[in-house]
Amino acid sequence: MKDADPSTNEREFLLAALKDGARIDGRKFYDFRTLRLTFGAEYGAVEVQLGNTRVLAKVSCEVIRPYTDKPTEGFLMFNTELSPMASAAFEVGRQTDEEVLVSRLIEKAMRRSRALDTEGLCIVAGEKVWSIRVDIHFLDHDGNLVDAACIAAITALLHFRRPDVTVVGEDHTLEQRNPVPLSIHHIPICTTFAFFNNGERMVVDPTFLEEQVKEGDMTITLNVHKEVCALSKAGGIPMEIDQILQCTKIAVVKVAEITAQIQAALEADAKKR
Amino acid sequence: MSRTELLSPEGLRIDGRRPAELRKITSTTCVLSQADGSAYLEHGNTKVLAAVYGPREARHRALVLHDRAILNVELNVAPFSTGERRRRSKNDKRLLEMASFVKQTFEPVVIATLYPRSQIDIYLQVIQHDGGTLQACINATTMALIDAGIAMTDYVCACTAGWVEREAAIDLNYIEESSDTSEVTIAMLPKSSKITLTQMESRLHVDKLEEVFRLAGEGCKQMYEVMDKTIRDRAEDLARKMAV
Repeated sequence: MKDADPSTNEREFLLAALKDGARIDGRKFYDFRTLRLTFGAEYGAVEVQLGNTRVLAKVSCEVIRPYTDKPTEGFLMFNTELSPMASAAFEVGRQTDEEVLVSRLIEKAMRRSRALDTEGLCIVAGEKVWSIRVDIHFLDHDGNLVDAACIAAITALLHFRRPDVTVVGEDHTLEQRNPVPLSIHHIPICTTFAFFNNGERMVVDPTFLEEQVKEGDMTITLNVHKEVCALSKAGGIPMEIDQILQCTKIAVVKVAEITAQIQAALEADAKKR
Repeated sequence: MSRTELLSPEGLRIDGRRPAELRKITSTTCVLSQADGSAYLEHGNTKVLAAVYGPREARHRALVLHDRAILNVELNVAPFSTGERRRRSKNDKRLLEMASFVKQTFEPVVIATLYPRSQIDIYLQVIQHDGGTLQACINATTMALIDAGIAMTDYVCACTAGWVEREAAIDLNYIEESSDTSEVTIAMLPKSSKITLTQMESRLHVDKLEEVFRLAGEGCKQMYEVMDKTIRDRAEDLARKMAV
């Protein structure tokens, strides 16, 4: 089902406001919306609210046989569900272009950049390894699904505790010990920019309306150590290299803020348990 | 497995190239008889065939736009294209993503308003995969679109670059790509030096990013020279044949 395009009034108002230096919801150009993290009762369940965009992430694990050519590596799999609950444009079963891009971006940001140590998931080489599965459900689409999903995924992985296992002879048993956190090397955070006014204006964290009116967009994934994990600009208005590098600099600042927020939320939750 | 040395102490890469050297490029247009435009491109050992049909009547009435043409890209990677024979499913996310990138790269460049209510189909076939598939697909598509006579604002030239051990290198091959080095693919419009597509995977420090980008930009300009020469040679050839 095609989404209705925004009316000419809305479009003109938004573009004129941007030209004058203001965003519709009153934010400054490089401000993220309010980020709220809610943890579930179990380990590894987190709901992220970025303004009105809501994403739910849940981590689960099981023991399976590894690939024969990679006997010491565990599995990390991401599954994204864009349900019709989130927006009229999504349909169950059919994979839209947007869904493919969002899930590929999350995979690139997390898996390709080795955020999670898969070698540490090995129990018995060649026979038993942990398979970590992250399910991401989009509940409400008010723009910028990628950033919200990325924050949800990495926070859920940081929050998750897997059962502690010891190998007894040939078999493995679940001990009555505290569950163990996953070994995460770094925290990749995505920052999405939207471009307007022939590429002169760029805003961070676009809302749904801004996304419909935008001329182009770019997503940069960085971690606190200033390493770029993934960068994606597909189509849209052509930009100069200098503008892209400038966006990277802005993203560095934003990522530091968001990482600090995530860690504060995780500590607050740890105290409660 | 011993660690392969990607950059020798003398500064030569695993296939004997210098870091800023492109692979040998072979390109031909008008290779298919039924397609409106077609091109065959080789980047060293990466071989891609592109076919363009259009502008023609749109397949699905629901998707037709009243004021412009829609672009449709389908990408197919042959099972024999990699070292091991592997059949990829049609809904493989990686292929869908690459097709989506090609589509989004050309949407601002093709002057679609000249062909309202119609569809332009781009079919890509990867025959051999030795690194740099996305850049080869974009370059082949540019030449196929020009061969089909579809109006565009500029060429789209693509090039990959990455950080191989100690230096920034251009046009990475399969071994360099799969060894966890960071790789950037850039698609540029050569006349204005603006970028329509950037893709980067794997970790790279922000300070090194600028150097890698600029090197990729240089590579794109070199690609433009090669592609332009092929197109012009072919056009001269046709003009000569028609003049007789």
